[in-house]
Amino acid sequence: MDLSFSPEEQAFRDEVRDFLKSELPARLSDKVRTGKHLDKAEIEEWQAILSRKGWLAPHWPKEYGGQGWSVVQRYLYDIETSQAHAPHVVPFGLSMLAPVLIAFGSQEQKDHWLPRMLNGDDWWCQGYSEPGAGSDLANVRTAAIRDGDEYVVNGQKTWTTLGQHANMMFCLVRTDTDGPRQQGISFLLVDMEAPGVEVRPIITLDGGHEVNEVFFTDVRVPAENLVGEEGRGWTYAKYLLTYERTSMAAIGSSKAGLAWLKSIARAEMANGKPLIEDALFAARLARVEIELANLETTTLRVVASAAQGGAPGAESSILKIKGSEIRQEISSLARRAIGPYAQPFPPEIDVEGSNEPAIGPDYAGVITPNYLNLRKLTIFGGSNEIQKNIISKAVLGL
Amino acid sequence: MDFTLSDDRQALVDVLGRFIRERYTLALRHKASQDAPGHDQATWQQLAEIGVIGALFDEEFGGFAGSPYDLIAIFETLGHGLVSEPVMPVLMAGTILEQARPDLLEDIIAGQSIVVPALFEAGGRYDHTIIQTRAVNTGSGFTLDGSKAVVAHAEAANALIVSATDESGSAGLYLVPTDAEGVFIRGYPGNDGSRAAEISLTNVALDEGARLGDIALADAAIAKGRLALCAEALGIAEWLKTATLDYLKTRVQFGKPIGSNQALQHRMVEMVVRIEQMRSAVINAAAAMDGNGGGTDTTARDRAISAAKYTVGNNGIEVAEESIQMHGGIGMTMELDMTHFARRAVLIDHQLGDADHHLASYIASAAAA
Ligand SMILES: Cc1cc2nc3c(=O)[nH]c(=O)nc-3n(C[C@H](O)[C@H](O)[C@H](O)COP(=O)(O)OP(=O)(O)OC[C@H]3O[C@@H](n4cnc5c(N)ncnc54)[C@H](O)[C@@H]3O)c2cc1C
Repeated sequence: MDLSFSPEEQAFRDEVRDFLKSELPARLSDKVRTGKHLDKAEIEEWQAILSRKGWLAPHWPKEYGGQGWSVVQRYLYDIETSQAHAPHVVPFGLSMLAPVLIAFGSQEQKDHWLPRMLNGDDWWCQGYSEPGAGSDLANVRTAAIRDGDEYVVNGQKTWTTLGQHANMMFCLVRTDTDGPRQQGISFLLVDMEAPGVEVRPIITLDGGHEVNEVFFTDVRVPAENLVGEEGRGWTYAKYLLTYERTSMAAIGSSKAGLAWLKSIARAEMANGKPLIEDALFAARLARVEIELANLETTTLRVVASAAQGGAPGAESSILKIKGSEIRQEISSLARRAIGPYAQPFPPEIDVEGSNEPAIGPDYAGVITPNYLNLRKLTIFGGSNEIQKNIISKAVLGL
Repeated sequence: MDFTLSDDRQALVDVLGRFIRERYTLALRHKASQDAPGHDQATWQQLAEIGVIGALFDEEFGGFAGSPYDLIAIFETLGHGLVSEPVMPVLMAGTILEQARPDLLEDIIAGQSIVVPALFEAGGRYDHTIIQTRAVNTGSGFTLDGSKAVVAHAEAANALIVSATDESGSAGLYLVPTDAEGVFIRGYPGNDGSRAAEISLTNVALDEGARLGDIALADAAIAKGRLALCAEALGIAEWLKTATLDYLKTRVQFGKPIGSNQALQHRMVEMVVRIEQMRSAVINAAAAMDGNGGGTDTTARDRAISAAKYTVGNNGIEVAEESIQMHGGIGMTMELDMTHFARRAVLIDHQLGDADHHLASYIASAAAA
């Protein structure tokens, strides 16, 4: 057994570190480090930097403009970018739709959409969930009815992350109401600027706007925007759900979050000494740190097995469950750390150029909203309960 | 043994509960939190009229109740309605004034005057004995300089009770009119939808009568404040339980109510068990406070209060997080009443000492016993 990375892998890691040191603007990494929201332009700025380097979609095969990186390289890249507080790349096009297009799309679709993704021409959003189709995704009702060389789409999607920025949505629609539910679902690419598409904001409990409701009224979509075959959308969606296996653990984000938490716990005072020396708080901190170290090795074991061509299994569910719990716990501890200053909700702190002084310590303002926002981690991407159902059925045979 | 409320108390709680259901909406609460005074003045008047403020204080001081059992009944009901009015701060301030300035209680009970305590500072976390604010005796009165942190409902108050240390190093309490020169109140909405403020005091001149007494006067007030928060958290948890249970029965996925999944049934049962433990902790704390009967040995009282605040803190957060989780995506939205209760259930742990603070106090007190 040897837990170290090979010399080539270490050299790769150094290359990533050097790149981040020279190319990642401190303006952006400071915002990420302190939990502030990035606006659309800032996200696009970083994605353009990555694109110039050829690292916007390093996981794609080389022929499509990717780097064809190994799972280990991708893992190292995730860790390094998170720890350097690089902005997260918007995953919907690059990591969710692209693999489906590469596997099931037509040549024209690949030639058209993939270069546009690398160029930053489109902002994609994911239209799976509906009011009646959450955990039970096969219950999608949004109807797409073929009319000549178009589909006419009617219905509603919800929880659409960053849909307010998007010009394109990939969605699951019902093209057939007979037969088993899964077989009537198709995978369609919808222009968000087409007549009949309406996006309404949903404000989440942290006061933020990152999700939306999207309504379709007689929206006409060219039939060439159907991905793969009609009625096979469910298979493609499933493929996508198992595609990203190791990033689910969010080890990099948790490591960065833990480092931030510790810096706060050093600055906060409790009973005349730094909070990090408080016995009860230190115990909470130690517990989550140990969990994270364990999960990191669990993730590496999955990475190593995938590197040897291991089939995707229920590991992704294990990584998702533990990874989301750890991130939530870190955000809870940050809330606990700031004591009474968890209470003020000063919207102005997030406003660029505001010269109002912070209320309480300058790191405090974002912490409770962040804690509240991260409640989503155990709900989306297949809730943790659904992940447990998967493990108990698929692995344990219960 | 008898765990039921007296008829009088039950009647008050019924009236209060009905008032909240019929008149107090979350829309009203939300609107009030946007700006000063940070609460709904008409609601405050009505609370005074139905006797809620009077019920916080003993007959001796113009009230008509004021026992710990009265307090938990009232605050559980307020919690169940997510009422964001300055009842708890007024209870605390009034408890100090009972000893120092009982003449001021009449107006408070009538809803004409609001006094709130400002006892905590930025560097002190949950310890009110860490005081940087300075009081200087000028011979004809005092001047105060310093600041106070996260003062609930400060903007609603016509006077604050401020702690400060004088030249001799002795800490005392001072009555500070909010319109006094040098008092600056920076109000803001809280993450739980209630309102608080930072207070700065610059060369604030007070007359001789402003000193209410020694800082020790605050002890009983803080104990009652904590008891009130525990009861409020209990009421919130009960509300969350009902809402979540209702959702489990009505939300359909995979062709059946999500509550038909045993995985969620057991989680719901866990929630019920937690809430029963919370209720018992609150009752224990009220009994310990009642048993103390104004005596000077407050160790048993404070230990039971810490036990309750610890129990309520940890379990209240757990109840809130579970409620959100079992609601799925809809549980993440501001639009749902549930999330407002959940946010308050979490943030209440950050008032007057969190679960860790009280666990540590309990350990220290138990070790000394
Ligand atoms: C912030 C956020 C962003 C999102 N972004 C997107 C997006 O961009 N695109 C998109 O398509 N969707 C998105 N979603 C939707 C997300 O995928 C769904 O919320 C999720 O699938 C859960 O569905 P639901 O909200 O309808 O909850 P429900 O399915 O109604 O579940 C409610 C509760 O019941 C539990 N439950 C349900 N079934 C079972 C069962 N059989 N056994 C045990 N427990 C069960 C759930 O785990 C949950 O706790 C987002 C959600 C959030 C909160």
